[in-house]
Amino acid sequence: MTLEQWLPVFALMISLAASLVIFALPETGYVRRTSVNLGAAVLKLVVVIVMVWGVFHGVNYGVSFTMLPGVTFVLRADALSMMFAGLSAVLWLLTTIYAVGYLEDSPNRRRFFGFFSLCVASTMGIALAGNLFTFFLFYEMLTLSTYPLVVHRGTEKALRAGRTYLIYTLTGGAVLLFAIAWLHSLAGDLSFRDGGHFVDADPDIHRSLILIFILLVAGLGVKAALFPLHGWLPQAMVAPAPVSALLHAVAVVKAGAFGIVRVVYDVYGVEASSALGLLAPLSWLAAFTILYASTRALWQVDLKRRLAFSTISQVSYIILGIALAGPLAAVGGLVHLLHQGIMKITLFFCAGNYAETLGIHRIDEMDGAGQRMPGTSVAFTIGAFGMIGAPPLAGFITKWVMGSGALAVNMDWVILVLVGSSLLNAAYFLPIVHRLWFREVKGAWPEERHWGRLETSPWLFWPPLLTAVVTVVIGVLASLPFSPLSWAELIVLREYAP
Amino acid sequence: MTLWLMAGLLFTPLAWAVLTLLTDFVWGRRVTWVGILVQVFVSLGLWLTVAQNGGFYYDLGGWGAPLGIELRVDGLAVTFVLLTAAVASACGLHAGVYIDRHKSWHRYFWPLFWFLWSGLNAVWLGGDLFNLYVGLELISLSAVGLVALGGNANALRASIRYLLAALLGSLAYLLGVALIYGQFGTLSIAGVVLWLDSHSASAGPGLALALMVTGLALKTALFPLHRWLPPAHGIAKSPVSALLSALVVKASFYIAARLWLAFGESLGNQAAAQAVGFMGSAAVIWGSWLACKQVQLKQVVAYSSVAQIGYLFLLFPLTYSVSDSISLQAQQGITLQVISHALAKAAMFLAAGNLILSVGSSRVDALAGVSRFLPFSLFSFGLAGVSLMSLPPSGGFAAKWLLLQASLGSGQWWWALVLLAGGLLSAAYLFRIYRASFAEIPETDQFFHPSKSLEVIPMVLALMALGLGFVSEQVLSVMALPFAEEGAP
Repeated sequence: MTLEQWLPVFALMISLAASLVIFALPETGYVRRTSVNLGAAVLKLVVVIVMVWGVFHGVNYGVSFTMLPGVTFVLRADALSMMFAGLSAVLWLLTTIYAVGYLEDSPNRRRFFGFFSLCVASTMGIALAGNLFTFFLFYEMLTLSTYPLVVHRGTEKALRAGRTYLIYTLTGGAVLLFAIAWLHSLAGDLSFRDGGHFVDADPDIHRSLILIFILLVAGLGVKAALFPLHGWLPQAMVAPAPVSALLHAVAVVKAGAFGIVRVVYDVYGVEASSALGLLAPLSWLAAFTILYASTRALWQVDLKRRLAFSTISQVSYIILGIALAGPLAAVGGLVHLLHQGIMKITLFFCAGNYAETLGIHRIDEMDGAGQRMPGTSVAFTIGAFGMIGAPPLAGFITKWVMGSGALAVNMDWVILVLVGSSLLNAAYFLPIVHRLWFREVKGAWPEERHWGRLETSPWLFWPPLLTAVVTVVIGVLASLPFSPLSWAELIVLREYAP
Repeated sequence: MTLWLMAGLLFTPLAWAVLTLLTDFVWGRRVTWVGILVQVFVSLGLWLTVAQNGGFYYDLGGWGAPLGIELRVDGLAVTFVLLTAAVASACGLHAGVYIDRHKSWHRYFWPLFWFLWSGLNAVWLGGDLFNLYVGLELISLSAVGLVALGGNANALRASIRYLLAALLGSLAYLLGVALIYGQFGTLSIAGVVLWLDSHSASAGPGLALALMVTGLALKTALFPLHRWLPPAHGIAKSPVSALLSALVVKASFYIAARLWLAFGESLGNQAAAQAVGFMGSAAVIWGSWLACKQVQLKQVVAYSSVAQIGYLFLLFPLTYSVSDSISLQAQQGITLQVISHALAKAAMFLAAGNLILSVGSSRVDALAGVSRFLPFSLFSFGLAGVSLMSLPPSGGFAAKWLLLQASLGSGQWWWALVLLAGGLLSAAYLFRIYRASFAEIPETDQFFHPSKSLEVIPMVLALMALGLGFVSEQVLSVMALPFAEEGAP
């Protein structure tokens, strides 16, 4: 066993250690805490980049040990895990920068950053887990570490939202555990494997396999906010903006979606799940969620709540993409894991900027904010257009690839869903963009604050602009190697030709 | 070597008890520090001996079966001996700082503490029914004394109630022992098993087993015989509550489990096994539900014990007429549940004691602001909670996983539902406490900050409970060691 194989463990340990150090530092150790946090985030990014390079060249990273009789704990890196790990590492760095500015002068920052790092460590574990058991360990750890973040403000509303969040996620976790345990007693300790394990499963266990699949998707669907399990997400908006950003872009909802991808690809296998007749209903559910949540978003007057419903809709693209059971559609779904993350975090950063700088929370208060905060508003506009799917932004790539993929497997109805969803996206984003740029300022802002030369604090100003630039770049340069699109193609290639 | 270790485990605690009986509180504390050091080393020594050479029977003083003192030193027993050493030393060290030394009657804490410890060791190592009874009585009487140490009318009422329940349980057990002796002429468990292997069972021993298990279930506070537990565990001093919930109830369960595993297959029946499992499930649901309703912090933790004890009794249905591998899974799961509950519940009671000391009130809703100003104590409490909610990577989760496997593997899926529902209900009552502590009501720090040593002890226990999941394989492997049967009667 070489040192190189331990890289996944290092990647996980960096965030975990950062969290422990932050808890150990005093509340007032502002500079030390920030340097530990940023240092760890940069270090982790380097480790992840090294692993991405290695996985591309076919290196196997991974360690495992027996945790319980018959159960192994496996951490390892494959192409799919690196996609999620890379997203998590990049966004951890950006969100940490943002959160440092956002929480300036507020109490309980030690608790916040400690659990924040713990939450990122959990997403890392989810990304690198090598079997369902290990995945579940980190999946539940994620639930626990995000609860203190959701209730961070300590208000009655936050505490209520935290309660709803727990009821949903812990119940989902219990269902998931039951399904994993059942699958384990049926088929033993299954490590994730390209192509899955059940291609030629014994017909006697087909019924059980179908039931287990339904339970797995139900358990994971809570975090992925699949209809009708999405109720917790809009309520959780009460959390501070960096938390919402992270929850939506990479941590919680993505963990659910990523889990479903793992189940379909690496546990059951696309072929087997499709042969068992499981993927078609899943694609209908995902399509319905896309349209339903977009419609609900139209009626939201609170900016963050509108973004929340947009997330519910967008995450289902990932599930739709893989449920179509064609390679090209799968590329579209997987690439959205990254694209949606980058675009959605941009939008949430911007929403946080409006709230922190001008005190704006509702959409009807946003009139003319583009003049006061041009940088933030440019970023917001790019993010919004990306979500709508305007070329050449990231969102367009997703929709284009997925549409072609749907046609390739003769699922023409998906085109209608994509078009309908794009229209709905436009219907709920364009009015905001219109208000930003083309309406006159109504009067004084609700709670305006000033920071020298820039329109807002530099900690808050740069992260959304950077992610907006990335949104453009990964759209324009989608065909270059190591772009999200090429990486998604690599994953699908390995899945379909194991 | 073995002689010294056995004597060290069983008799030196008695010596510490007598010594501390003669001293005041402060000297009792010093004696206890030395005693803890000795006991930890002796326990570790015995554990290492067994881990290297496997288990054995030991006739104390050369008096073997059928009537003498027969000790069964196997992997399970030494694991529990070590667990007792860990939890009891933590509680002893915590008590030394926590308990008010200015009240004169508090000096009796030390002798009672040591009698309890020696009783526990006697039960873990006991191989014959009568000496198990002696150990059990030693435990019960010192536990009742410890509860009464609270000193006020409520504490006395709770302890009298506890005493009556414990005595009734002992009587039922003793009656069963008498019946067994009348039937088989031996008190050694192994001897009875030998006899049962070669003869067909009659009704008498079945009744004896039922009596013994019922008596022990009363002492373990199995639903619906649990009513004595919450007042006793809730009102006692926090280190005492920790000892009672973590270890004392486990002793009677341990005997019941040993009896069931030895005699169950020949003397029990499916209906009885399912009935016990059903009562355990009812305990899980009902105990958790009542825990949600409590306004006092320690009452929540005490009712949580009622619920967690319920899981233990799933051993009965999950080991009755199932394949060996499933039975083994169930036994391993229950063992992990005993260990993780002991560590986590001790941590939780000690942390709850610290929190009560800090906020000056024992109510749950008084915890507002604790998360901001007393994060460390809350963190210990929270980490212990992770194990009680059986979430990964805690020992509680490892236990739940094995029990899930056993129930699914044996086709008794209804116990799996109980396990999952129990986990969710425990989250309901624990997050109620976290929720209260996250409320941002007080603006300034008006809390008393307990000394560091008080805060560190529950944290260490909670981390052990949490980390147990990662080393479960190693812990369980000690129990699977070969057992030298040549000493058997």
